[in-house]
Amino acid sequence: MKIIDVKELLNAEVLCGEDMLDEEVYSACGSDMMSDVLAYVKEQGLLLTGLVNPQVIRTAEMMDMVCIVFVRAKKPSEDMVRLAERAGIVLMSTETRMYEACGNLYVNGLNGKVVRRDG
Amino acid sequence: MAEPLVFHFDVDGSDFTSAGQASVQIKKSLRQLGLPSEIIRRVSIAMYEGEINMVIHANGGVADVIVTEDCVEIILKDQGPGIENVEQAMQEGFSTATSTIHSLGFGAGMGLPNMKRYSDTMEIDTVVGVGTTITMKIFLNQ
Repeated sequence: MKIIDVKELLNAEVLCGEDMLDEEVYSACGSDMMSDVLAYVKEQGLLLTGLVNPQVIRTAEMMDMVCIVFVRAKKPSEDMVRLAERAGIVLMSTETRMYEACGNLYVNGLNGKVVRRDG
Repeated sequence: MAEPLVFHFDVDGSDFTSAGQASVQIKKSLRQLGLPSEIIRRVSIAMYEGEINMVIHANGGVADVIVTEDCVEIILKDQGPGIENVEQAMQEGFSTATSTIHSLGFGAGMGLPNMKRYSDTMEIDTVVGVGTTITMKIFLNQ
């Protein structure tokens, strides 16, 4: 799924990374716990979260994720937007709640399987 | 790459928002060296969790990353409170972090298990009241 499709399905506002909306995402992760996000390996991921602090951007950067969607109308600070711009990560904000947002993306095809690294 | 490359960082323990800067920098440096992306991701996630731990529990510390022909070694050293029970600390879900840390998205008891998961070897040398040194290796040829 392209990032622009995510934006449209969630009726989200793009906060930075407008030029990357044609990039593809194959899997997504919805969580407010960054350590849980870090426990799963995936390619080209999308992060949905209701957590707003700079570690959200760093976590996504470490995981090579290309897009973060803040749910429940959460908005990142200017510092976070700058961090994301530097890391080449698209930021979006949607009024949709987490459960609904994940379900919407899943039924519309964003259901890439996640591989957990063991040992 | 004949000589090992050594990167040194001071991890500031006073500011949670800046935690992870060393890992971001290592990620960039390893990219410049042309290492495989899977290796880079494992190194940076393992180091990032370690950095977060140093900031949450030990008021910061120092991080050294040594890159040789066959491995990337990460050495994280702090003068924090030490780990009382390493076996317990290695269990997923065990955490001594405060509710403030939980509200920041960490302290789920996944830090050390994640570090072990993403490294090939991990050694914890800890003395209560003195500090902790964690050495992780990620081999390039596996």
